[in-house]
Amino acid sequence: MKFIVAILLTALLAFAESLFFPWWSIAIASFIVAVFIHQKPWKAFLCGFLGLFLLWAGQASFIDFKNEHILSQKVANVLPLGGNMLLLILITAFIGGLVGGFGALTGSFTKRNNY
Amino acid sequence: MRIVPFILSLIVTIGLIIVLNIPLTLSGAKTPCFGAFLSPQHGFWQNAEFTNYDYNASLKFPDLQGNAEVYFDERLVPHIYADNEKDLYFIQGFLHAKFRLWQMEFQTHAAGGRLSEIFGTKNGTTNFLKIDRFFRRLGMVYAAEKSLEALEADSITKNELDAYTAGVNAYIGDLKPNQYPLEYKLLNYQPEKWTNLKTQLFLKYMCFDLAGYDTDFEKTNMKGFLSTGDMEQLFPATQDSLDPIIPGGTAFATPTLTVTPPTGVDSNYLQSKGGDNENSIVQPDKRNGSNNWAVAGSKTQTGATMLCNDPHLGLNLPSLWYEIQLFAPGCNVYGVSFPGAPSVIIGYNDSIAWGVTNAGRDVKDYYEIIFKDSTMQEYWYNENWVASTFRDEVINVKDSTEVHEKIAMTVWGPVMYDKHYENILHDGKYYALRWKAHDPSNELLTFNKLNHAKGYADYLDAINTYQTPGQNFVFASKSGDIAIKEQGQFPAKWQRQGDFLMPGSDSSYQWQGFIPADENPMMVNPARGFVSSANQMATDITYPYYLAGDATIFRGKIINRLLNQMSGITIDDMQHLQNNNYNLFAEMARPILLKYINQSQLNQEESKYLDAFKNWNLINDINETGPAIFKLWWDSLAKNMYQDEFSKTNLPVVWPDEITLVEGLLKDSSYKFADDVNTTEIETIADMVLKSWKSVVEEIKKADGEGRLAWGNYKNTGVRHLLKIPALGRLHLPIGGGEGIINATTPDHGPSWRMIVQLSTTTEAYGVYPGGQSGNPGSKYYDNFIDYWVAGKYFSLLFIDKEAAVKSDKMKWKMTFEKA
Repeated sequence: MKFIVAILLTALLAFAESLFFPWWSIAIASFIVAVFIHQKPWKAFLCGFLGLFLLWAGQASFIDFKNEHILSQKVANVLPLGGNMLLLILITAFIGGLVGGFGALTGSFTKRNNY
Repeated sequence: MRIVPFILSLIVTIGLIIVLNIPLTLSGAKTPCFGAFLSPQHGFWQNAEFTNYDYNASLKFPDLQGNAEVYFDERLVPHIYADNEKDLYFIQGFLHAKFRLWQMEFQTHAAGGRLSEIFGTKNGTTNFLKIDRFFRRLGMVYAAEKSLEALEADSITKNELDAYTAGVNAYIGDLKPNQYPLEYKLLNYQPEKWTNLKTQLFLKYMCFDLAGYDTDFEKTNMKGFLSTGDMEQLFPATQDSLDPIIPGGTAFATPTLTVTPPTGVDSNYLQSKGGDNENSIVQPDKRNGSNNWAVAGSKTQTGATMLCNDPHLGLNLPSLWYEIQLFAPGCNVYGVSFPGAPSVIIGYNDSIAWGVTNAGRDVKDYYEIIFKDSTMQEYWYNENWVASTFRDEVINVKDSTEVHEKIAMTVWGPVMYDKHYENILHDGKYYALRWKAHDPSNELLTFNKLNHAKGYADYLDAINTYQTPGQNFVFASKSGDIAIKEQGQFPAKWQRQGDFLMPGSDSSYQWQGFIPADENPMMVNPARGFVSSANQMATDITYPYYLAGDATIFRGKIINRLLNQMSGITIDDMQHLQNNNYNLFAEMARPILLKYINQSQLNQEESKYLDAFKNWNLINDINETGPAIFKLWWDSLAKNMYQDEFSKTNLPVVWPDEITLVEGLLKDSSYKFADDVNTTEIETIADMVLKSWKSVVEEIKKADGEGRLAWGNYKNTGVRHLLKIPALGRLHLPIGGGEGIINATTPDHGPSWRMIVQLSTTTEAYGVYPGGQSGNPGSKYYDNFIDYWVAGKYFSLLFIDKEAAVKSDKMKWKMTFEKA
């Protein structure tokens, strides 16, 4: 339960912060959630990762669907992805996930090992 | 707290963020900052415009004076209805910025020599500092500053441009980083404020593009090893087959200006030998040209005049053009505008239509300067040492130190080439540039007046002050007039003045005056019922001034031939004419090739392809193989004719025009250049024709085998993004035509706006350009006109008043503008 709540809260906070702050505020979002919802480091990392992975994958997919793949197709050629739009969405989500994960991992180390 | 893991994890997190927050270098080129670029709420995903995007908006700005409404039709063409003209131009600036901001700024950065600020010295294989130095030394900023003074001295253009600039800045002011156009995110920089100077820089860029081509250095090099007679033969002052804009035999009034060549010009200039000795400079495209024509009611089905124009320019995305209708009391005009400048450049209003083609006159000359010493403080002029002034051009280079170009200014103009900036001849000499675009001029005033013109008198009044780049302004009115005039402020030159480098120590080599506007070539309501231009020479040699410059011949000739034959002309006829792919060059050249080819010397393969060439219908359609065979053969023939003579130099040369070789071979069966000067035998035309054919059949066969011989594939036209990123362009388009064809579409160049206007009681107009209204590669309106353009199809242009716009089912969105 804690796990799922942490994922959702991370995504929500990252979304809200991104409305006002630069992209890297997502790391702060996952950090804050990990501080307040204390979990084992690997679990915290996973929550941060999944929170951002799902947020960015979801946003990118929605935008791409509404854009009818016009831009993703082009950018997936500008970046050397052979025009693979799905790969572009996965890379987007992975980068978000990675930053979110490490933010959360850092947050999880702010407390002792009493989970 | 677990200190050690915390610190380690924090370092990894911050490190990761830093790496994702800076551009990386991949094979010499910079990447975007991946974190921001990929973030769906910040980066490129924000530019992926929903295909059902709602452009409706209600906007308020303190700079507005009244209310205005903008209706966007289904092609995203805005129809602006404003209370007053100030608001009209404000909104035009706002919309240009909204849809084309990156392009506007990029083009002016290029014109002003500021690309290194974005890219650094080099990015990928492009040396941006070199390009910037070229434009700075060419005096682009100097030219823009001088013309801005002229523009701002006139209250009409000052008010117009101030309002426009305020509109652009109103858009930029409210722009958040996540809304920046895609290219800013790719290249990692930010838009800056617009200024009136930027508009003027853009207009000077057009001067460079259209009146910046010259071959003075190349031709000076060539006269070093070719006789005066050979030079005359290779670069004749006119052509036998010329069908000029003003028909041959027209009588010209006695000139008011007489120009006298300097004493000793033959030995000191025309026959003097140039130096002997690659350093590429930026040259505008020689093929920049255009077609335009107007026909009188006597030749049309409806009895109304018609006007057509298709300017041929580089094919780019975002497009050079932005379609627009501008309405305010006293002004109602439709056409294409330049993102970066107010008003309509080519278009029509309630009463008239106008269009332009390039005049191609030479208004750019170089003078050799003799300085006392390398400090360039004093130069020799009319038997005296004269003090120079200096202009310091500072180029800010990203991630590097700034570069200064210290340019000496002389009575002629800026010293473009000096010891620190070598010319292509590497002769170590100093050359000052006398370029018409450096003179203060106010071209926007001409377009403002054309936008408002009611008839022929207004048209003349509008264009007569126009200076650079010289254009053939075609005109038609609802009241039944048609006219054409080659207008610009052209120097009155003596024969061959400025074809070569000139001495700068002697004032007798200067331009002795400008041809008065009313002595420029013009024609109104001719008996033949039409006027036309297609970059051919404006007149025959009876015109009392020397027509220096670059001219082409085939399009003008075929247009006039076809227009002469046509009657009861409809819009459909005009559409076909603009898309005509007939190859007049091949019509003239094929009989020569077939006359001289010795068929008994050919093997089976060579005969087979020769038959294909013989049976070609002379039309450059995409599926024909004849055009590619012809091009390969003729290019090879020209090379075999001239290469031996030209190989006497390692320095740049300029090749004669195609028509020069055609006419040379038609006139003279023992054409002197046929002989290979490196052999003891005397080669004939037939030898060269055979040699050329045999040398290209292998390539023809190869192209045939690879399916590339069909003209569409062979020519391979594309519309490229300004950054030359393939994924953002539209490549391999199946379109016919070619150089010298009315449909002048080459691999990267061609009709940039096809327009047809029928000035009937209710104006009927059609147009198309190879692009789309949005400059955003993530919008479906980015390139949605291209397929129409390729297919030769047109859009019906919606030129309606506000009452009709409100009711029209073609209008999809509405923006309201109010004073805040």
